[in-house]
Formats: sequence, structure tokens, C-alpha cells
Amino acid sequence: MFLFVVFALIALAAAVGVITSRKPVYSALFLLLNFATLAALYIMVEAQFLAAVQIIVYAGAVIVLFLFVVMLIGGGELDDIGGRNKKFLARLTWPRGIALVLGLGLLVAVGYGLLSGQLMTATNDAAAFGQGSVQAIAAVLYTDYALPFELASILLLVGMIGAVALAQPPKKD
Amino acid sequence: MPEGYLPILVMVIIASAFAVIALGVSALLGPRRHNPAKDEPYESGILPFGDARRRFPIQFYVVAVLFILFDVEIILMYPWAMMARRLGLFGLIQMGIFVAILLVGFVYAWKNDAFKWQ
Amino acid sequence: MTLPTLNFLAILPLLILVAATLLVLLADLVVRNKRVLTFLGLLAVAASLAAVLLVRPAAPTFQGMTLADELGLFASVAILVATGLALLLALERTSDFTRRPGAYVALLLLATAGMIVMAKASDFITIFLGLEILSLSLYILVGFAQRDARSNEAALKYFLLGAFASGFFLYGMALIYAATGSTNLAEISKGIASHSASLPFAPLLPIGVGLLLVGYGFKLALVPFHMWTPDVYQGAPTSVTAFMSVATKTAAFASLIRVLAAVWSGDRPWLLALAGLAVVTMTLGNLAALRQTSLKRMLAYSSIAHAGYVLTGLAAGNDRGFEGALYYLIAYTFMNLGAFATIQAVQRRDQNDVTTEQITGLSTQRPGLALLMTVFMFALTGMPPLVGFFGKLYVFSGAVQGGMTWLAIVGVINSAIAAYYYLRVTVLMYMGGATAAAGDIPRTGWAVWTTLVITAVATLALGLWQQPWMESIREAVTLLALR
Repeated sequence: MFLFVVFALIALAAAVGVITSRKPVYSALFLLLNFATLAALYIMVEAQFLAAVQIIVYAGAVIVLFLFVVMLIGGGELDDIGGRNKKFLARLTWPRGIALVLGLGLLVAVGYGLLSGQLMTATNDAAAFGQGSVQAIAAVLYTDYALPFELASILLLVGMIGAVALAQPPKKD
Repeated sequence: MPEGYLPILVMVIIASAFAVIALGVSALLGPRRHNPAKDEPYESGILPFGDARRRFPIQFYVVAVLFILFDVEIILMYPWAMMARRLGLFGLIQMGIFVAILLVGFVYAWKNDAFKWQ
Repeated sequence: MTLPTLNFLAILPLLILVAATLLVLLADLVVRNKRVLTFLGLLAVAASLAAVLLVRPAAPTFQGMTLADELGLFASVAILVATGLALLLALERTSDFTRRPGAYVALLLLATAGMIVMAKASDFITIFLGLEILSLSLYILVGFAQRDARSNEAALKYFLLGAFASGFFLYGMALIYAATGSTNLAEISKGIASHSASLPFAPLLPIGVGLLLVGYGFKLALVPFHMWTPDVYQGAPTSVTAFMSVATKTAAFASLIRVLAAVWSGDRPWLLALAGLAVVTMTLGNLAALRQTSLKRMLAYSSIAHAGYVLTGLAAGNDRGFEGALYYLIAYTFMNLGAFATIQAVQRRDQNDVTTEQITGLSTQRPGLALLMTVFMFALTGMPPLVGFFGKLYVFSGAVQGGMTWLAIVGVINSAIAAYYYLRVTVLMYMGGATAAAGDIPRTGWAVWTTLVITAVATLALGLWQQPWMESIREAVTLLALR
């Protein structure tokens, strides 16, 4: 419980850092910290595969892409994002208002789900290997979810063709 | 909570402590004597010009995207590696199809010079 | 852990498409004459079509991930026909806008594969993967004309809004999963039927369905989620627009019908919500189309209106309405693809659009093209005996049967509004004096002619001759077993 609170506080602080930093690079680095602490939280709830995904894909690759994009578009310092010097209500433009409402809605939905719900109990493979373990994922991913698994490779293939087709300068021949 | 992860936690704590102490101590103990020449990014006498954050060529993007795609590919292979024995031939064929599809994409990117710096 | 037996026959059309894509990608590296790749694509589409029609596998396949039912068959045929025609359409013109014809063909085939997956999917996970494969391919295809700033803008817009829509999809699916404990449509349906009140998170179900509907709304360009449509349809290369305007609709509507059938409770409020969506979609689409000078933008708004007509069939909530919606999708595939094919035939090689000014007096320069365009415009208006008329007839009569006469009336009024801008095109082609220089219109190659003739003949024939395939539609709807 103590560790959970520590990690949760770090994650929250990092999340606030992401949206308040003036420099996009700092935002991305705060996001990295956020992802890393989330991975720790996943481990604490025994979702080990998710933790590995979080570290390898999100902290490893997505952040790298973010930093690349920030550099591609030449991310300097954002001056006075949306009128920092104004009062809170004056800064609350309608897109932000909608974002605020949607964010609160998300919080309510998740909170409601957690408070009112009974969790589905682990069955079959999940029970045998431990729910959330890599083995339990493997036991269903390559059998029951064989088709989605192969479709994922097609999705990745589309991404590869797209990257080459859109961004790679054509060969000079 | 899985106890097996304790060493990692300890390592994370030591690593952060090292960073915090190294930076903190030098900030506390180091003398601070500013002068204009010292505050220049380079003290070698060349005057700085332009912005340090220049636009990068688009080719970085291709490399970054391909990196992400292969990263995701690896994460999808990881559970198989843990259960390869039990999944046997069935799993091997599954993984074979998966890799074959991506291999074609790899060859396509490769032959289109996506990995060559122009 | 037990290893499953996989019924590969059930996904044979998909396997053919993917294998052909890989072949096209590899052939692209060695073949000098890039037209070969398009022919390879056409061959794959034909083989896949044959597999769809000839190989009838037994039902639930791949652990309930996809279904091989009549609805899937129906949608697959419509999608594959659209792909084949789009490939033919692009055959002579790919080099106008891209230097990577191989990637173009490959992405078109992969988008088709994604659409077929989505149309046949019976599990949220496969629905989502199909959706992503088709969307991602289309984002790239829309931006394929790299030297055209509009094409780039269109791709970016489509990507951002599409990614947003995917978020709605995922969130909706997550909430439905939380409410019912399954991602499988059949399981969800069973769960709702057996204990609708005692589900763990019962209130989450309607919210989830609502979010899913928003996701589908984005993909189908329903008002108020249509903002991207005109810019994307105008900016994309014309052959891509022709393909995506019809095939995406077929795939998404087929999937929407499946989802609705699974979570269906026959509730009046849900039907009224769909009906309301249909009304604003038709009306706004048609009104906005009235004042367009770009033909592609006009057809984009008209496609929004047509999505509204199809939705009318779903809102009716009875078998008649669903049959009408499916009929409409087939009808729309041919008449709309034909209209875009004519635009492609008329547009200059260095352009990606046709203005109303450019087609003024077309009948004197290109009587053949003008005549075919007239057929498509009449069909889109809904003139008997063309397919468009029967499509409208079936969805509106479904609405009347479902006790929504007012909806049918709104639909008919809308068709009358739409007649103005469709017929205006015809009037301009025949009455106006020629303004565009004759040399501006490139020679129409055999492939484009073939596309035009196939779509025109189908537009005419499928209206007159509909007995056999209406039966297949009826069977598809009956199998859905709406409660």
C-alpha cells in the first residue's frame, strides 16, 4: 500500500508536469516518468505483461517517437500557452470546457466501475498461470485469439508500407 | 505484490539516488561565479548563431516509425517465447506466418532504401 | 490449454488478398512495368470474389472471431467489386499522382482485407482490428498525391479525426465489455437476453453503445460527425475517393448492423435516436450539396445524405428496413463509383477535381461520358427504374412499416431537394455551351471505359433484375435474428 501511494503520487505529479511544461521536450520526459511509474503500478496488480508492454512500447518507443516529432517540427518553447496570465475562468475556452467535462466523465465512469463492480474471476488458463502473467496471455493469444494476432501483423505491415510511401524520398534511378 | 521485482525496485532507488545526489551535491557545494564569457554555450570563442533546435530531415521519421513497428512486433513475440515449448508446432507456425508477413514489409522498406542515409 | 483447430477455409478470401499483397510488394521491387502490379491486384480480387461465392464454410469460425454468414458474404461481394473497379479506374492514372504504384495497389488490397474482416467480424477485437487496418490504409491512400497540398491536408484531417473516432470505438467497446463480461457479440447478446437487469454494470451498456454509435458515425460520415468528409473526398486522388466512399460504408454499415443486432432490445428510444441521426444527416448533406461548385465536394455531401438514407432503413427497426439498407449499399456502390469514375475520366491529368464549369457543355465534347454521367445522376436522384429508386423505395417503406411515416416523408422531401443538384449537373452538360477546351479532357482509356460500362450496366440491370439477390438479402437479414 505504501509503495502504491508513492508510485501513484509520482505518476500524478508527472502527469501534471506533462501538461504544464512550456517546453515540449520536458513534457515528453515527464510523460516518460509517468509511463515508468505506471509500469510499476501494473506490476503491483500482477499485470506483468502489461508492465512489459508499458516499458518496451510506451516508455521505449512511443516516447522516442514523440521526441523525434518534437524535433522534426522544431519544438521551441511555447510562449504563454493559451493565456497563462489570465484568470482561470477566462482561460476556460469551449474546447477546454469540453475536455474538462469528458475528463470528469471518464473519472466518474471508471470510479463507478471500480466501486460498484464485482471483478470477473480468473478461469482456465488465467487461473492456472496466474492472471495477467505472460504465460496466461500466451495461452490465449496464440490459440483463441489466433486470428487477431495475425491481423496485428497485417496492421504493422500497413504501417511499414505507409511510412515508406509517405515519408521516404523516392529512389533516384 | 510479486516479490521478485524487489531487486529492480532497489536498483531504481539507487539509480535515482545517485542522480539526485550527484546533481544536488555539486549544486550545493560548487562555487557560482558568473561572467558573460562563461555563460556562453561554448567558451571557445565562436559566436553562437541561429536556434539550436533546427528542423530535422524527414528521414528521422521513417527510422522512428519503423523502430516502433518492430518494437511492437517484439512485444507480440515475447509471450510466445515464454510458452514456445507448450505451444509446439502450432505456435511455431503461427509465429512463422506473423514474421513472414512482417518480413515482406521489412524487405520492401529495405529495398526502398529506408535504412540507407541519403 | 488446448490448441484449437483453425478453419482456414472460412477466411480464404482474406488469405488470398493478403498473399496477393505480399506478392505485389515483392514484385514491385523487381518489375519495371508497374501495370503488372495492378493486374496482379485485379487477379487477386477476382480470386477472392470466387472464394467468397464458391466456398461456403460452416458457421462460427476461428473461435467465434468471424462469421461466415450471408451478411458477411453480401458485404464482401460489394467491397470486392468496389476494389476491382477502383483498381481498373486507377490503372492508367496512378502515375499522375504517385511514384509508388506498387504501394498503392498493396494498400488498396489491404484496405479491402480490413473491410472484409470488419464486415465479417463477430467479436469486438476483430471488428476493431479490421477497422484499424482499413482506416490506416485509407489515411495513407488519401495522402498519396504528395505533390498536391490538398491531398496532404486531407490525409492529416482524416487521420486526426479517424484516430479520435477510434478512441470512441475503444471506449465504447471497453464499457460494453465491463457491462457484459465479453467481447464476443454472440456472448454479449446472450448476456443481455438472459439477465438484462442483473448485469454487473448495467448502466454502462447504453453508454457504451452510444459511444460505439459515435465511432460508427465518424466512419460513416453521419452528421454531426461528418466535418472531415468534403475535404477528404476532395483532396484524395479520385480513384481513392471512389473506392472509400462506397466500400467503407458497406463495411461499417455491415458491422453496425451486426452490433445493433447483438445489443438490440427493440427499444423505441434507440430507434428514435437513429431516426434523428438519419434526419439531420440527410438534410444537412443535401442542403450543403446544393451550393457546391466542385463536383467532388458535391458528391461528398451527397454521400453524407445517402448514409442518412441507409440509416433510415436501420432506424425502421424491422426486417424490411434492414433489407432496404443492404439493397441500398449495393445500389450506392455502383452508382456512386460510376459518378466518381466519370469525374476521373473528365479531370485533367494535372488536376484532382472537376468544377461545374468544366463539365458545362460536356455533351458536345464527350457525348459518351455525358450520357453515362446522366445515368449515374438519375440513379443517385432515385429515378425509376434505376437501382437508386428501389433502394429509396425499400428503406422508406421499411420506415413506414416501422411506424415512422414522418421519417419516410422527410426522406422523400430530401430526395426532391437532392434532385436539384443532381439534375443541375445534367442540365449543365447538355444545355450549356462548351467552356473548357476540348484538349483539356484526356483520352479515356479502355480501363476507365470498362469501369464506366460495368457500373452503368449494373445501375440499370440491378434495378430491373433483383429477384435472385433480393432473396439472398432476405436470408442475410433473417439470419441476424433480430429480437
